[in-house]
Amino acid sequence: MPLTKNEYDKLAKTASPPTKKLKNSGMAFLFGGAICALGVALRVLYDMVGLTEKEIKMAVPVTLIFLAAALTALKVYDKIAAVGGAGTLVPITGFANAMVSPAIEFKPEGHVLGIGAKMFIIAGPVLVFGLTSSVIYGLILWIFKLV
Amino acid sequence: MTERVGRYTLRLRSRPAIAGYAAAVGKKEGEGPLAAEFDRIFEDNTLGEESWEKAESALLNTAVQLAVQKAGFTPDLLDYVFAGDLLNQSIGATFALRDLSVPFVGLFGACSTMALSLGMAAIFVDTISAARCVAATSSHFCSAERQFRFPLEYGGQRTPTAQWTVTGAGAALVGNTGGGPFVESVTFGKMVDLGIKDANNMGAAMAPAAADTLKTYFSDTGTSPADYDMVLTGDLGETGSRLLRDLLGREGYDLLNRHRDCGLLIFDCEKQKTGAGGSGCGCSASVLCSYVFERLRRGNLKNVLFIATGALMSPTSSQQGESIPGVAHAVCLRANRG
Repeated sequence: MPLTKNEYDKLAKTASPPTKKLKNSGMAFLFGGAICALGVALRVLYDMVGLTEKEIKMAVPVTLIFLAAALTALKVYDKIAAVGGAGTLVPITGFANAMVSPAIEFKPEGHVLGIGAKMFIIAGPVLVFGLTSSVIYGLILWIFKLV
Repeated sequence: MTERVGRYTLRLRSRPAIAGYAAAVGKKEGEGPLAAEFDRIFEDNTLGEESWEKAESALLNTAVQLAVQKAGFTPDLLDYVFAGDLLNQSIGATFALRDLSVPFVGLFGACSTMALSLGMAAIFVDTISAARCVAATSSHFCSAERQFRFPLEYGGQRTPTAQWTVTGAGAALVGNTGGGPFVESVTFGKMVDLGIKDANNMGAAMAPAAADTLKTYFSDTGTSPADYDMVLTGDLGETGSRLLRDLLGREGYDLLNRHRDCGLLIFDCEKQKTGAGGSGCGCSASVLCSYVFERLRRGNLKNVLFIATGALMSPTSSQQGESIPGVAHAVCLRANRG
């Protein structure tokens, strides 16, 4: 009797080792927390050197983005992310990595159709849905005069 | 001449010879358990080229040139070259062989390409359509990643069932003369799709095709796994191998301790962090055209049933929600002609 798709699906699931959810969550918590702690440390540092609140709000993400981009270019970020998982993906550093890694990858296809066009293949959807939801959110605030 | 045995198996009565063979691999493969077996190990995975696709072509070209050279021939004596790879429009193979000036038969069988090309080459020789043919294929971790997954430096995690594309190429020169090993029979397989959609679980997608072709082969030839020194699958990895044993068991065939998988031979999965094992056209090609042919030639192995499996999908079909059809082709190899 040949197996049905349903029967095979069950068989394949039993044969496939499961994702280590507990370990992955723990690592994500540690790595994500470490990146956020670094952000806080930077904030304290910039405050000490006399930057204003407005400047600090700009300087902290800029520094984190720079660090993530530099680590991506040095071929280190992906190795950290292989362990850190969502912990390195969710903070702003993950976004920087998602922009820089295709820019490096598609350089052989040229500056325009390679780097220019392919730079957004991963981050593009984040921008599209991020901007769309921010517009919807803004409209709701405006319509109901919440601000 | 070739005769049909049973439903789909072709017996090659002249037993075409593997007159020359060679395997060229990248750095990671060169650090694996089969390091001593390969003809060339490139420490630099770019092979000095500007792009990963060009690097893959250079790798395949190296394997083909070495195989021809080891057989004691020159490319102008070749009648056909059968080759293919995983890249769109098979640019790995075409650009590797464009300067070879030999009639080119491009094939696509995804990771089953080594068995597909070897089978075709052997049939051409057996039917006296050709005296000497080359069968070759390649894959490159970096060119496969950018086509099928993410940019190399993108930080992401792999699922436990994901496999690692082998940076490697293998080439075999099949001729009507030569010291062996020899090709006894070929079974081209049907596409089998049991609904697996997870592109990170290729082993599960391909195992039903491997089971189907093996069942056909055993019933066509009236043999069983016990009749072979080795039943060698291409790149089922840990998950796919487990499923293959289960599926064949249901059909009444026990693979005993005969089963080996190229994807599990080429890497030390635990130590080299290659997930469920190696994959890609170059996985079975580089293992077959080094470790396995060498043992057959020396007589350490008397016969090997080589069955390479391919997942016939593309990123487009996956994104459109299609499941993954698998295909598997079997080639029976013997140490002796008689």
